[in-house]
Amino acid sequence: MRNHRSTRLLFELSHPGRRGIALPACDVPSEPIDASIPASMLADAPPPLPELGESDVVRHFTNLSTFNMSVDTHFYPLGSCTMKYNPKRNERFAALPGFADVHPLQDDRTAQGMLALLFELQVLLGEIAGLPAVSLQPAAGAHGELAALLVAAAYFRDREEHRTKVLTPDSAHGTNPASARMAGFQAVTVKSTANGGVDLDDLQAKLDDQVAVFMITNPNTLGQFDRNVGRIADLVHARGGLIYLDGANMNAILGFVRPGDFGADMMHFNPHKTFSGPHGGGGPGAGPICVRDTLEPFLPSPIVVRDGISYRLDRDRPRSIGQVRSFFGNVGVLIRAYCYIRTHGPDGLRRVAENAVLNANYLLSRVRHFLPSPQGDRCMHEFVASAEKLKTTKGLKQPAMDIAKRLLDYGYHAPTVYFPLTVPEALMIEPTETESKDTLDAFAETLFRITDEPAELLREAPHSTWISRPDEVQAARAPRMRWKPD
Amino acid sequence: MPYILNTIEDQREMLRAIGASSIDELFECIPPEYRLNRPLAIPPAMSEMELARHMAELAALNRNASNSICFLGGGSYDHFVPAAIDALVGRGEFYTSYTPYQPEVSQGNLQAMFEYQTAVCALTGLDVSNASLYDGGSAATEAVLMAMSATSRPNRVVAAESAHPEYRRILRTYFAALGAELVVVPAPGGTVDPADWERAIDDRTACALVQSPNFFGCVEDVASVASIAHARGALCVQAFDPISLGLLKRPGELGADIAVAEGQSLGTPLLFGGPYLGVMACREPFVRRLPGRIAGQTVDRRGRTCWVLTLQTREQHIRREKATSNICTNQGLFALRALIYLALAGRNGLRDIAALCLRKSRYALDRIRSDARFRPAFERPFFKEFVVRDGEGRVAELLAAAESDGVLAGLPLGRWYPELDDCFLVCVTEKRTRPEIDRLAFALQRHSEHSGAAARHA
Repeated sequence: MRNHRSTRLLFELSHPGRRGIALPACDVPSEPIDASIPASMLADAPPPLPELGESDVVRHFTNLSTFNMSVDTHFYPLGSCTMKYNPKRNERFAALPGFADVHPLQDDRTAQGMLALLFELQVLLGEIAGLPAVSLQPAAGAHGELAALLVAAAYFRDREEHRTKVLTPDSAHGTNPASARMAGFQAVTVKSTANGGVDLDDLQAKLDDQVAVFMITNPNTLGQFDRNVGRIADLVHARGGLIYLDGANMNAILGFVRPGDFGADMMHFNPHKTFSGPHGGGGPGAGPICVRDTLEPFLPSPIVVRDGISYRLDRDRPRSIGQVRSFFGNVGVLIRAYCYIRTHGPDGLRRVAENAVLNANYLLSRVRHFLPSPQGDRCMHEFVASAEKLKTTKGLKQPAMDIAKRLLDYGYHAPTVYFPLTVPEALMIEPTETESKDTLDAFAETLFRITDEPAELLREAPHSTWISRPDEVQAARAPRMRWKPD
Repeated sequence: MPYILNTIEDQREMLRAIGASSIDELFECIPPEYRLNRPLAIPPAMSEMELARHMAELAALNRNASNSICFLGGGSYDHFVPAAIDALVGRGEFYTSYTPYQPEVSQGNLQAMFEYQTAVCALTGLDVSNASLYDGGSAATEAVLMAMSATSRPNRVVAAESAHPEYRRILRTYFAALGAELVVVPAPGGTVDPADWERAIDDRTACALVQSPNFFGCVEDVASVASIAHARGALCVQAFDPISLGLLKRPGELGADIAVAEGQSLGTPLLFGGPYLGVMACREPFVRRLPGRIAGQTVDRRGRTCWVLTLQTREQHIRREKATSNICTNQGLFALRALIYLALAGRNGLRDIAALCLRKSRYALDRIRSDARFRPAFERPFFKEFVVRDGEGRVAELLAAAESDGVLAGLPLGRWYPELDDCFLVCVTEKRTRPEIDRLAFALQRHSEHSGAAARHA
């Protein structure tokens, strides 16, 4: 039960003399510290951290947790984020000491179970992608994009081709152009058609021999499968460029179609979306990448390889781009992904896609009568509805925002709003396969009820949450980013 | 299917409402020529019980810090993780929540981010912290990129050879695409000589990257690096070990402009390298160049104090290609672990943990060097790690023998430093007991006697 007296900061709760970790007595000679390290290098006092007992800390954070929505407690129809159920078993397996307590620089001989699992995961992801060469190293989807673009850059350098541009659709995630720039490319935007597909005329106008990579999200951010994807791939390949698939929406097509089969040369997975890794309040995720064999030599190092019956980390990869992060990767997230895939098998993964798409279409069929979806009456795993007409019918300035906030009052997390940028007053809704028809019915009814409520109620929403809408302008104008004593 | 709730009957009703005759019809938008007309070639599904057995079998094949005595360091450390951390982050409201883009239903995470940022500022002595990055290595890279943009010097960075070799490796990966030059200053005696920094840093240099305690465990003269860098208009980026700040001067006091760390030591297990968290803090003037998420304090419409994600105009979802970085996650759950760790330890706990590491590592070196075959490679003050030179130069053999005695004795350095291929790095945390340290020394020396005897008989 929520304890409303619990929001004081840790630093305000500090009580000099308390501590939450009892240490064993020092069992080796206790020489003075400055006998080992010169006094000039030592601090006068330890850092001014708060002083709390274990029960202080436990009560504080337990109470804080009750101020969060979460998948365990609420429905999250959050488009493009694939907020599916996070299986408990995977948490338990990832925490086994035989995985959690393995040091990243241990000799390969002493970590054969870990390397076997990671090798198998490389194989599984390669098969699901239809792109056989895999690096598990990137720490997040955006990091996977960056790593893959660095792979592309290395590939073209190796071929002595000087290519400077990366094309991204205007409906793409913001990470696409940001990653392109970090990889040393110029990001060029390609227009979308009304249903979110790539505008082929604009693509052809911008496609030249300077284009290294075209980054495509398919199914796209409007929840539509771009039927032209093969044609797009042919056009880009004909000019010597590569196709990158943003794998954010893989949940829709698992086992139905593989990116490598529709022309993608490189892609990343978001295991924290597609393969059920928990989002952790904003991380960690992981961003493994899969590429064609021709790009394999350039993948980040190391990669797990099998020699007969044993496994090792192959660090001797002379054409590799090198490392993109410390150590091997976000292994804890990868273990959960492995467990998820092994729990499902080929039929199960296909069933995931079927039900994700069925749930989204069902919800669309219940919602589009009062919140039109500009791309029509069918979708893949998600759809985008527009609240534009509420501007005139209700006089709301930001109807998508107001609906999102009002949903919080009814115990639903908000959909993704104002994305993609190509749809006015966009509400991007992704139910995932782990929700039931009952939940979707109740959600659709609530959404309908909200569009029928007085404008005033929406404009001031949420009313029942711990706080009302925060003043974000003030937060940015005079930023206060840490606690200071009054 | 374990996680799907729709029954056949539900599916039928839903299809009727949609106006579709089958689920397959919903996939007709995918052109047939691309469709996979076979099942994925992956193993069949396993039940929870089967998977439990399979995972236990794989786990049993790994040596680890629970079934062996671990003296491995090099950026990932076997520090103690209090049970309260797992209990708290194991709450579904934390680990199954999303990024706090809806602040009204995310105050728990946002307040924790704000507290984390405050704790990192307290730890580093710097003004501003973000809410964490991926890991230590990518944080170091982001700090360098930030310095390049802050100084408008996009072409040149100077890094210490004694900084983590993987950090330098990551920088080279990024620089290959950006066309920037990474100059490495040597550390032949275990630390970099200020005169070498003087020579290397010029007026085109964006920053100096120094790690202290460095990869060898030695404490560097960061204050000199900072003043040399500042004299040339460059910034000083320090990578640090959070535990060491229980004793050592803080980056802010030493003159660092940006400080980064691998945050794993703060309450996260080894996990074969991740997920961890990248800690990053900087001085006030650079705040708008700071990558990653930041929580800021504000008030709601009723005047109640609350927190939101702030300064989002730096970020990719607003700025796209003009963003300070492409990063769109922080390591929320692992930043929470670090915060809980720091809250439990408190100022005095952190000091005492650091003192235990220091004294136990000193004791370990004394015990190891009691055999004349082993010598410290460097005569410099060190924190919890030190480099041992094997007079017989048979590091791989020695470490393998110790491992068969149940001791993960150290990291061979030849992979990163060919000139140190007769050396290994030993790390001693507060978890190691005197008997365990004695066993380490015994394992090394026993093997030393064997090989010595073998050599005499040859």
